[in-house]
Order: sequence, then structure tokens, then C-alpha cells
Amino acid sequence: MAVSSEIQAPRSGRVAPKYTRHGSSRGNFEMLAWLFMRVSGLVLVVLIFGHLFVNLMVGEGVHAIDFGFVAGKWADPFWQIWDLAMLWLAMLHGTNGVRTIINDYADKDGTRFWLKTVLYAATAVIIVLGTLVIFTFNPCPPNAAAELLPSFCPAP
Amino acid sequence: MTAETVEPASKVELAPGVGGGGEIPSFDITLKVRRYNPEVSEEAHWDDFKLTMYGTDRVLDALHKAKWEHDGSVSFRRSCAHGVCGSDAMRINGRNRLACKTLLKDLDTSKPILVEPIKGLPVEKDLIVDMEPFFQSYREIMPFLINSGHEPTRERLQSAEDRERFDDTTKCILCAACTSSCPVFWTDGQYFGPAAIVNAHRFIFDSRDDAGDMRLEILNDKEGVWRCRTVFNCTEACPRGIQVTKAISEVKNAVLNRKI
Repeated sequence: MAVSSEIQAPRSGRVAPKYTRHGSSRGNFEMLAWLFMRVSGLVLVVLIFGHLFVNLMVGEGVHAIDFGFVAGKWADPFWQIWDLAMLWLAMLHGTNGVRTIINDYADKDGTRFWLKTVLYAATAVIIVLGTLVIFTFNPCPPNAAAELLPSFCPAP
Repeated sequence: MTAETVEPASKVELAPGVGGGGEIPSFDITLKVRRYNPEVSEEAHWDDFKLTMYGTDRVLDALHKAKWEHDGSVSFRRSCAHGVCGSDAMRINGRNRLACKTLLKDLDTSKPILVEPIKGLPVEKDLIVDMEPFFQSYREIMPFLINSGHEPTRERLQSAEDRERFDDTTKCILCAACTSSCPVFWTDGQYFGPAAIVNAHRFIFDSRDDAGDMRLEILNDKEGVWRCRTVFNCTEACPRGIQVTKAISEVKNAVLNRKI
């Protein structure tokens, strides 16, 4: 076996390519992401436990939940904003968490890229769809078949 | 002319058997060493050494015995052998520790004692790893005093309180036990690692140093403090008892406070 007789001096700057950092990233994105995780986590604790308390414990509790209950809640701007905040914060909090896990565990750059693409696409679809539902929800859509409408809708 | 100098009698009366420390208990151990030699094989394997060791022996003594009496090709780093130079960090029974500070009697001697190189750095031979990536990160955080003021004619004075602020992080011996115990560093080796952040902390919170902002800017990198997931492996691994995760959190807070 040919062994090179030339031994590099220590601290000659040779670092295995795997360890060389790909340029430095300036900007505060990672810091803001870190801060967002903590702040959104705190806010979500209040929002989620408030949501659970109102839905499951107040009044008749869990037995009151049906289509009409949800329709009633979304007729009130307060609950629209509450659910909107919960949707956005939970989705962004979760997405950022999974993004972190992908960054930590994906071995190859290609895997990392595709996993994150799928993640961001899924997040975007859910956030857009959810926001749309919260603001355009109408329990008694016009021109719907009468047998599909709940009982509290005015007769057409 | 044969006036032999007689040794003066001891002034302390010792009961027979006392003072010699008595018999040191001995026991048999099996030392399993992770062997790797790229000139022979690309595959690493385990070698077993059956050794009779004493209650006062450390893992390093067992490695010495294996190397000196059984197989001279066993390779590992060690310099001072007293827990200060930081050369002999290795994975002992799955935990990063200094071989010279780990007493055999504190380990389970009924089972084989596993000794592996520290993880996350390229292995060169047996227990020797390439420390260059580790020192590269260390160099990047500028581990030296930077002071733009006038150079005093005597030493730079500092109050005891100001010194206390970074006392914990001055204890680092750069053994790499923390960085090579960090799961984030294991994945891609891009993270600066706990040791670099600890040594940045030592200067960031030093009242005599003026380059704290520069170091905070360096550690605000994508691969800087924000990759810390507070796993606490580093704090557990540190042979000097440095509160590593706490130091990293303090640097995180310093970066935040500077920006916001």
C-alpha cells in the first residue's frame, strides 16, 4: 500500500469536507424562529385550554357539540378570531418544529429539500383552507337541498 | 570507618499494618476496545483484553496495561493522565468521559467495559479521532482577549464579581467530550458545538473584553446557538462539571437582548 510520506502540519487548515460550513448565514431567521416557538407555545397553552374548557365543560359540556354548536360559535367574531389564531399558531409552531427535526435528521441535502417542500406545501394548504372555512362558513347555504340543511335554518 | 548512617527512628508510632494502606483489592475485568486501522481494514472491530486490575486503577491504566503488556498497537491519546490536558476523552460504556478520571471500581466490572472513540469526529485509528473540525469551530469564535483600549502597563484588573460572571466556563480543557456527545453535532458536523460556545461565553461575559458583539454575531449563525436543542448531553459529559447547556442559554439570551 502506498502511504504518502508527506504528513501535513497540524493546524494547516485541513478539515474534512463534511465539516466545512457552507458559508455563513447572516440574518436573524433562526433567532426569530426560536423566539416564535417560545411565544407561540405560551399563547397556544391559553388558546387550547380555553377552547377545550368552553367546548367540553361549560353548560351542557361535550353533549352540546354538534353541527349547530360549531355554526353558533363561528357566527361570533370573537370565536372566529380565537380559532383563527389557534389555527395559524398551531400550524406554524408545528411546521417549525418539524422543519427543525428535518434539519437535524435528514442526511442528504436532496432528502432535506424534498421533505421540507412537502411540509411547506401541506402547511400552506391547511392554513389557506382553514382560514377560508372560518370566514366563509355558512350553515344554511342558499340553493341547497332542503333535506341536507340543519333544522334551525329558515325555510327557503 | 564503617560509621553507617542509621536512619533516625520515626517519631510517630504506627501500629503494624497501618500506613501501608493495606492490601489493594484486585479484580479481573474484560476491556473491549473499538479497533480501527484503515491500513489493514476499513472495518472497525472489537478487541477483548482480560486484565487483572486494582481498586485504585482507572480506565487509562487498563488501556496502558493492554498496550504495554498485550498489544502494542492499541492507539489512544493521553498526555497528563490527571484530568487536565483533555487528551483522553473517549466513550466508556456509552458515555463520554476522560479515561484518566474514570475509576474501574466505579464501573460494572462484572460486564465487559466498552471503550470507543468519541462520536461525530472522523476516526483516524483506534481511539484517536481527527480533532481538526472541533478546533476549527473553536478558532472561529476568537478565543482570545480583544481589547481596543489603552494597554495597561500592569495586568488588567477586574472585580471579583465580574470575574465570577464567567468563572464556570474558564474551566474548559477542550477535551471535546461535550461536542462529541451532542446529537445535533453527530448529524452533519455543521453545528459549532457546545465547546466553541462555552469558550465564546468565557469572553463574551468577560468585562475586560470588547469583542462580545462580534462573537454574538458569529454565534447568531444558522449553525450557531440556535441549533442547540437543550438535550443536556454536554452538561452530563463535561468532565470539569461545567454547566454547558446553561452557558449556551446565556449566550442565546445575550444574542436576543442585543437584537431586540
